[in-house]
Amino acid sequence: MERLTLIKGARIVDPASGRDEVGDLLVVGGRIAERGASAVGAQVIDARGLVLMPGGIDIHVHLREPGREDEETIESGSRAALHGGFTSVACMPNTEPALDDQGAIRFVRARAEEAGLARVHPIGAITVGREGKRLTEFGEMVAAGAVAFSDDGDSVADAGLERRAFEYARMFGVPLISHCEDKSLSAGGVMNEGRMSTRLGLRGWPTVAEEIVIARDIALAEYTGGRLHVAHVSSAGGVDLVRRAKARGARVTAETTPHYLTLTEDDLAGYDTRFKVSPPIRTAADREALVAGLADGALDAIASDHAPHADFEKDLEFDRAPFGLVGLETTLGLVLEALVRPGRLPLPAAIERLTVGPARVLGLPLGALAPGAVADLTLFDPEATWRVDPAEFFSLSRNSPFAGRTLRGRVTAVLVGGETRFRDGEFFPKRSA
Amino acid sequence: MRLDRKDLIALEDLSRAEIELILDTSLSFREISQREVKKVPILRGKTVVNLFFEPSTRTRASFELAEKRLSADSLSVSASHSSVEKGESLIDTVRNIHAMRIDFLVIRHSSSGAARCLADRLDSSIVNAGDGFHEHPTQGLLDLFTIKERLGRIGGLRVLIVGDILHSRVARSDIWGLTKLGAEVAVCGPPTLIPPGLDELGVAAHHNLDEALVGADAVIVLRLQKERHTENFLPSLREYSALFGLTAERLRRTKREIIVLHPGPMNRGVEIAQEVADGPNSVILDQVTNGVAVRMAVIYLLAGGESSGAAHAH
Repeated sequence: MERLTLIKGARIVDPASGRDEVGDLLVVGGRIAERGASAVGAQVIDARGLVLMPGGIDIHVHLREPGREDEETIESGSRAALHGGFTSVACMPNTEPALDDQGAIRFVRARAEEAGLARVHPIGAITVGREGKRLTEFGEMVAAGAVAFSDDGDSVADAGLERRAFEYARMFGVPLISHCEDKSLSAGGVMNEGRMSTRLGLRGWPTVAEEIVIARDIALAEYTGGRLHVAHVSSAGGVDLVRRAKARGARVTAETTPHYLTLTEDDLAGYDTRFKVSPPIRTAADREALVAGLADGALDAIASDHAPHADFEKDLEFDRAPFGLVGLETTLGLVLEALVRPGRLPLPAAIERLTVGPARVLGLPLGALAPGAVADLTLFDPEATWRVDPAEFFSLSRNSPFAGRTLRGRVTAVLVGGETRFRDGEFFPKRSA
Repeated sequence: MRLDRKDLIALEDLSRAEIELILDTSLSFREISQREVKKVPILRGKTVVNLFFEPSTRTRASFELAEKRLSADSLSVSASHSSVEKGESLIDTVRNIHAMRIDFLVIRHSSSGAARCLADRLDSSIVNAGDGFHEHPTQGLLDLFTIKERLGRIGGLRVLIVGDILHSRVARSDIWGLTKLGAEVAVCGPPTLIPPGLDELGVAAHHNLDEALVGADAVIVLRLQKERHTENFLPSLREYSALFGLTAERLRRTKREIIVLHPGPMNRGVEIAQEVADGPNSVILDQVTNGVAVRMAVIYLLAGGESSGAAHAH
């Protein structure tokens, strides 16, 4: 007999259908039941006062396995994902070695399966070894489970090669995810170029280094008919390029991150390397443009760009420290505290950008609560506040610039395929058969 | 008066009163260097380590002499980046030195923020002897001291800084120090070497040296690193020199007595002409002399000394 779970009394927010009401949701055999189906014999989860949303989907994380298992593993990253309210993550291929063949893609999927926690969707490298020289075997990797291709961390500098990648990817209906950075313009920059880089005497990474590659890749996507997803947009100019391309009907999507939505370059005044990310945190005007882009749909997704680093490697002189911060466990809290609570983004719109928005980017059949849909679900208490303490993270790394901040919205339960995988701080991994 | 600070990292951090305290104290210390016995016992038993991750002759010698004239025990270490390449971080290197129980650490490092990073982690006093493109506060202070000595004041003066502002820690310290004391500061150089946001600091940017010199009381000429033209910040040293080199003819045309400063080492014939460097308006060697006194004052004040106490040391 199929297992029944009844979630009672939650505020159900399903942006895909526009549903936003207090009610009950029945899960039958891992899927959302038809309305009115019998709940006799169901296990009941009392969810009064909680918000029930489709499981979060974070399409930009770095899980460091293989290569730097001291910083993160597929299992630890999966725990961090669930703790943060995410049932799915898409992991970037800049591992050691890079995820650039079907064996590597199968490895990630197998490790995720063994962990038995969140869904892990691997992203394959565009070029062999992420060296920007030769195309990888997209076809074999898609067959093995790759959902997109990216040389994340670098742009494909050679426009001719990027063009071929767009054309070739069309066969498989998968997007190219572009880390947009012209390295001749970022030129060793470690923070936004502007008044703060002048004050701090740090090399600047100007917005034009991002915009010029966004513009190039939009042009290539339009010319080839390929699909472009712009990773971690950080600048007002970047949002504007995406918005205008969408208005022309280009097949372009884009994401931004919680840190670009909540921080500014002024936060770097103390040379704290936890704020060092690529692209860099920009000005208040850029931040406002990103919030506006999320609200008007120029930006499709909020992704963490979760980038774990060992303390001893991050705790260096500012220009020598690596780029990146851990974000899986603070994304939802930051979005709720900094965007939803002040009324800058309605709750359903915020949830859309964390669920069905990113699902559409990758063509995943997830992120909605329609009858028959896979029951990936997140329950959170929208009123609970908590203080960020990286020591409490399930990620193996602690490099969060949000340490000490008070956030809102505590995840209480996460179901993957109708099964409870996380509840009240405890994990319930799927036992392999 | 006392300087209530553990470290000297940046002139941006100092108040006008603190800068004036250091300058006044420096005046007392300069006299010591003119004595036959150039030494006072006021820092006896204190240990100072000069840790230089970048080559330096002048600044390092100046700090060493300042420390010795205060009777501190001082040690200079030339740390190359090889220790970093061997896998030891700056913080580890410095923690090791700190474990030898030192009182002061003077640090020169190529990374902006390096001194600040150490000051936040260690309880000994850190003196920034230049961090990346960020600040070189003792150079800024000795520039202020020298200008004040020659012209009697800082407030109301017009000071022009010429050259590679983008990569200059001296320019940043000068801008903070001069503007805090009420001078009007302008910079001049090619747009490739002028960083953004100077207007927020009240600093005007010029690209024509002759126009920029009009009305100036002092001009600070910066060293041009010769590799800048290989990085395409400028086409050639020749053209740089033609556009921005400070020549006697240029100074004559202003019909003013403009004093000329340079933090050294100079590229004679590039950013500054020989006859200007050695001419009557040059205060470049005064800067070097004053540097020792300013560094004595800084270390003395950070050790908790009083401005009046410096006078009693005589």
